Amino acid sequence: MSSHLLLLSEFAVFVIAAFLGFELISRVPSLLHTPLMSATNAIHGIILVGAMIALAAPGNAFTKVIGFIAVIFGAMNVVGGYWVTNRMLDMFRIRPAKRKKARSR
Amino acid sequence: MILAAPAFIAYLAAAVLFILGIRRLRSPETARSGNSISAFGMLIALGTTFFINGVLSLPEILAGIIIGGSIGAVSAQKVKMTAMPQMVAAFNGVGGGAAALVALSEFYRTDALGSGNEGLVAAITSVLSILIGSVSFAGSVIAFSKLQELFFTGSVSFPLQKALNAALAVVVIIVGANAISNGAFLPFLSPVASIVIVLFVSLALGVLLVVPIGGADMPIVISLLNAFTGMAAAMSGFVLANNVLIISGTLVGASGTILTRLMSSSLGRPLGKILFASVSGAPKKKEDEEEKPVNSVGPDDVAALLNYEADKVIMVPGYGLAVAQAQGAMAELMNVLESKGKEVKFAIHPVAGRMPGHMNVLLAEADVPYDKLYDMEDINDEFAETDVVIVVGANDVVNPAANDPEQDSPISGMPVLNVDQAQHVVFIKRSLSPGFAGVDNPLFYDQEKTMMLFSDAKQGLQDVISAVKSG
Repeated sequence: MSSHLLLLSEFAVFVIAAFLGFELISRVPSLLHTPLMSATNAIHGIILVGAMIALAAPGNAFTKVIGFIAVIFGAMNVVGGYWVTNRMLDMFRIRPAKRKKARSR
Repeated sequence: MILAAPAFIAYLAAAVLFILGIRRLRSPETARSGNSISAFGMLIALGTTFFINGVLSLPEILAGIIIGGSIGAVSAQKVKMTAMPQMVAAFNGVGGGAAALVALSEFYRTDALGSGNEGLVAAITSVLSILIGSVSFAGSVIAFSKLQELFFTGSVSFPLQKALNAALAVVVIIVGANAISNGAFLPFLSPVASIVIVLFVSLALGVLLVVPIGGADMPIVISLLNAFTGMAAAMSGFVLANNVLIISGTLVGASGTILTRLMSSSLGRPLGKILFASVSGAPKKKEDEEEKPVNSVGPDDVAALLNYEADKVIMVPGYGLAVAQAQGAMAELMNVLESKGKEVKFAIHPVAGRMPGHMNVLLAEADVPYDKLYDMEDINDEFAETDVVIVVGANDVVNPAANDPEQDSPISGMPVLNVDQAQHVVFIKRSLSPGFAGVDNPLFYDQEKTMMLFSDAKQGLQDVISAVKSG
């Protein structure tokens, strides 16, 4: 694929993903606003993919240091993001019917 | 770099799993599985990257992931439920920082080492990623500090703040254009020097944008910065010509923008007002005000009021209840009052506890039946016919100053629980200090209507319970 075509296809992906993102979050109860924010926060931890590529790419000491910090940051975002979201959603597990069980946990 | 077909398909699968995951997060029943599906997608994307890129420099990648992952895991595990919002801010900030650094590294490799992705689009998106990522990083640090009450708490403003922001934005545009055009505008600045300037000025912009915003609006700001980081990741995806970054980053950027709008409208706080008007509406300094008298009471006074003058009681839990873990005591007070034939309900403000849904969960944990918990819009008309309202550890969410069009305060226009319409209001609160938004509550000083029981939420409730029982 020529680089010109590659760019156009990337741009198409960008536009479609933007519309999809808008459509996905149309009506969400306010109860779930914070967990949803936290869950999407974990998803942009995907930047760790970019950080790994940057660190693996040929470079010098400067790019290695920057790439290393970026990998640490990205890993914090991914692991911490999913972990915190999970803990938040754990709180929703307690439903009226199951409350007795949840308390004896 | 054009990806080999298997990696491309693996990345696509990861993106699909993210979309499915977000979809399931729209309802409480499926939310947990949604997060797991999205985490599985992340695992696929990371594993794929590891295998196609990691071989060359495996040790440092592995080391970085272990270090960052452990910091993330330990802090996420140790953080208290009440501190969740600032934890999200912190993880969001490092994500934005990572996006900026990835773009910086690529730009430097292209320009100084001649080995990165060349081309105009890569240069433009590098600058954008560095700009947005740095704003998100610095802004998140400030948001974290405000919520953790470290520094810059409340709304900080100074003269010419908007002019300074505008000037810095112009600097970013000119120097950024210089970096993209290979030094066409400012020949004395090399592209790499220009991009480093863009980075530092963007950091300053991030600080300046968030510093004037009061603490009560922080969840909305964090949501906005979350969308920013998503966009920065997408821009880095263009720099690296990597589809999974473009798709996932854009998804987060777009859904985060909508979520920010949903949050701000459910709180009645237009986004423009939060971002740009807060500078003018700084709260008055407390020092130049006289100490106003309040009606400070003991638990026996509260018990007498409840025993002899109350038929209908509404309890309002707030952040202080969550901090003191007083939900059990609140549930017990409900039982005691009901055993004396009183009607008890709970009023839940959408942001009580600083996190939507927080109070419902805490009270459910304490065995308070769901049908006694009322949302703000369902109960606000009932306060007028209520004898006693007990407010525990809350202030901003019951502050009638928010409804006062005369007053320009950081919480103006925020919908509040109309507890001032009830016959009597009892505050169980540790001190008179204004709430999180830094706004004084006129209700404290209404000595006819209001009783102030200065105490820790749990201790205060327990004292009231034993006084009610013996009374």
